[in-house]
Amino acid sequence: MSKYLKSTALLTALSLVASPAMADKFGLGRTALPEEIAAWDGDVSPDGIGLPAGSGDAIDGEVLFADKCAACHGDFAEGIDNWPKLAGGADTLDREDPLKTVGSYWPYLSTAFDYIKRSMPYGDAGTLTDDETYALVAYILYSNDLIEDDFVLSKETFFNVEMPNADGFFVDNRPQTEYAQWSGEPCMENCKDEPVKVTMRAMVLDVTPQDEGEAAAAEEEAAAAQEPESVVAETPAAQPEPEAEPAVAAASFDAALAADGEKVFRKCKACHQVGDGAKNRVGPILNGIVDHPAGAVDGFKYSKPLMAAAEDGLVWSEAELAAFLEKPKDYLKGTKMSFAGLKKEEDQLAVIEYLKSFAD
Amino acid sequence: MSDHDTPNGTSRRAFLRGAAAAGAGALTATTAKAATPDPLITELQPWAQSFGDGVDETPYGLPIRFEDDVVRRNVEWLTADTISSINFTPIHALDGTITPQGCAFERHHSGAIELRKEDYRLMINGLVDTPLVFTYADLERFPRENHVYFCECAANSGMEWAGAQLNGAQFTHGMIHNMEYTGVPLRTLLEEAGLDTAGDLKDKWVFVEGADASSNGRSIPMEKALDDVLVAFKANGEALRKEHGYPVRLVVPGWEGNMWVKWIRRIEVTDQAVESREETSKYTDTMADGTSRKWTWAMDAKSVVTSPSPQSPITHGKGPLVISGLAWSGNGAITRVDVSKDGGMTWETARLSKPGEKMALTRFYLDTEWDGSKMMLQSRAIDESGYIQPTKTQLRDVRGLNSIYHNNAIQTWLVRENGEAENVEVS
Repeated sequence: MSKYLKSTALLTALSLVASPAMADKFGLGRTALPEEIAAWDGDVSPDGIGLPAGSGDAIDGEVLFADKCAACHGDFAEGIDNWPKLAGGADTLDREDPLKTVGSYWPYLSTAFDYIKRSMPYGDAGTLTDDETYALVAYILYSNDLIEDDFVLSKETFFNVEMPNADGFFVDNRPQTEYAQWSGEPCMENCKDEPVKVTMRAMVLDVTPQDEGEAAAAEEEAAAAQEPESVVAETPAAQPEPEAEPAVAAASFDAALAADGEKVFRKCKACHQVGDGAKNRVGPILNGIVDHPAGAVDGFKYSKPLMAAAEDGLVWSEAELAAFLEKPKDYLKGTKMSFAGLKKEEDQLAVIEYLKSFAD
Repeated sequence: MSDHDTPNGTSRRAFLRGAAAAGAGALTATTAKAATPDPLITELQPWAQSFGDGVDETPYGLPIRFEDDVVRRNVEWLTADTISSINFTPIHALDGTITPQGCAFERHHSGAIELRKEDYRLMINGLVDTPLVFTYADLERFPRENHVYFCECAANSGMEWAGAQLNGAQFTHGMIHNMEYTGVPLRTLLEEAGLDTAGDLKDKWVFVEGADASSNGRSIPMEKALDDVLVAFKANGEALRKEHGYPVRLVVPGWEGNMWVKWIRRIEVTDQAVESREETSKYTDTMADGTSRKWTWAMDAKSVVTSPSPQSPITHGKGPLVISGLAWSGNGAITRVDVSKDGGMTWETARLSKPGEKMALTRFYLDTEWDGSKMMLQSRAIDESGYIQPTKTQLRDVRGLNSIYHNNAIQTWLVRENGEAENVEVS
């Protein structure tokens, strides 16, 4: 029925063996070196092919997790805000709003190792050692009550772990369950038994982003609207705020440098907001941060070391900020900021210049 | 507008309009009369008196400022962060079928990276005779092809599973774009590396990954890899945009957008699916009983009326009305689209602006007379396999309410007497 199925049949008929004698070669490209393949080929398959040597347990993993992952995923892998929850959700898959985590949903443990090693931590991907990756996977398993805290995860013990939803998946069966019944001659007249009624309206929810000016009108509309008959799954947060135009503040302001800084700031945006309507997220709002006392943003829960530094009178001068940004963990041991740091001085200066454009 | 579907040169639209007007009598047949002369005509206007811009004013042009509302939009509450997020194509304001790159939706997992052509490398390894590395310049020396394909995110309309939620075609159906791609068939590159080592190709796969931090690895069965997958470096005639994978992306016709790996850097021939994060924890479809479908790659036939719609209301009152929309199928060409004005009780067959093409957007029109009364507008696509786009109820009867991906149900817009439209669900 589908093109895919057709082509499968066709290729099967042709026995699917590509004959190099028949295929034209162009002699383009060059042979990949073993070192190059080793650098890029890190994928791990469900049968464990690709797992490296090494090991780690949840005790080591807990420390690493707090340092590198908890800013988004929470200390107990429970997830902060909209960031992925990695633990919990057992026996929720057949309920309304299932909680899909590594423990409750993922069928293969190989996927966790594969993904974490290549793509995490967010913003600092590809920096974990094999031992660290084993330890983090172990901690996530421990958070899901799937192993004890002294279980040492390695290539050898990998398949001693049972994934609860290992048998929870089946291959696409739409051709059998759907395509057969949704075909034939479609109805053109008198297609419904009862007169058609509206059963649910988007306006009632009022979660659609709006350009300024439209919002007030829509609110009036919604007030007059009927009650919805059912509740949607997603819980929308606040309406998006209009993007802030940086207001030039100080006389010594270098606009070109600030523009470079805006690019550098992308690394910070995962956790920090600036401009009108900025909110505290994983990290505090950074409006008016330059030359202002540390630890002073309302409503943000700072780490103890940062509060101590603030009480000692720390002010975020350009020099202090640059030192902090270079290597946050070295500058302030115990800081909640999990960011690895901006190694280049030019990046530090640029992002500070960019921050200067956001007044308090 | 194309009239090529009318046999004798008479525009079908003109014909319909004439017939409707005749039927409605004085309602629309007479041309309106102006009370006073129009100053736009009777007075000398500045643009008719002096000069406009010279050439080179804009070396690479953007749309005129009057169109600055035709832009991608984000729904901020959907995701934690714009670095790993999605925005939406303004399909309510576009016509024809080709999506301009500058307003084609973006979906990143680690942000849109800047990768120079000079720094680009593509590796083919795994079960091949000779693992190879290609530069961008190498890719340009292989025979290349041009094809128009739609790219639809598997989560398009995903927020509508549980009920009508977002008020606009851009938000309900805008995770889609349609471009003409220039690229090298993946088959050519795999054959260059040699597939003898792989043996029987029937149960083999390719694992593809990108150069960005997320890498977004996906497994694609060899049958598809050898069929129509393209390693593409141009779209709509020019280089890919950064946000769409510059300099090189994968094009996987008819299949979910997540497989169209951007900044593609590695293609590995394997003997099993890697079962990566993007094909297990995401992009799988959980049924009511808690079990989940995997490997649901094809995007089934789907359509939506783009105008009128909540962001594109009727502003001209009753009389001639062009109802317009898009239809597509990942299983072949669109052969027919029906439109209903009464929530699915009765249907009329719409006009396709040209015959449907495989795995590409098709534009449809219903040229009609609006009597000013309330409408419950729907469209229903049918593809060459005979598949008919299902209603939301039909879809939910099979899959329950907990799915996110592959919602291809019929959409309803409630159009009121004042021409405004709203996203609704109907009985």
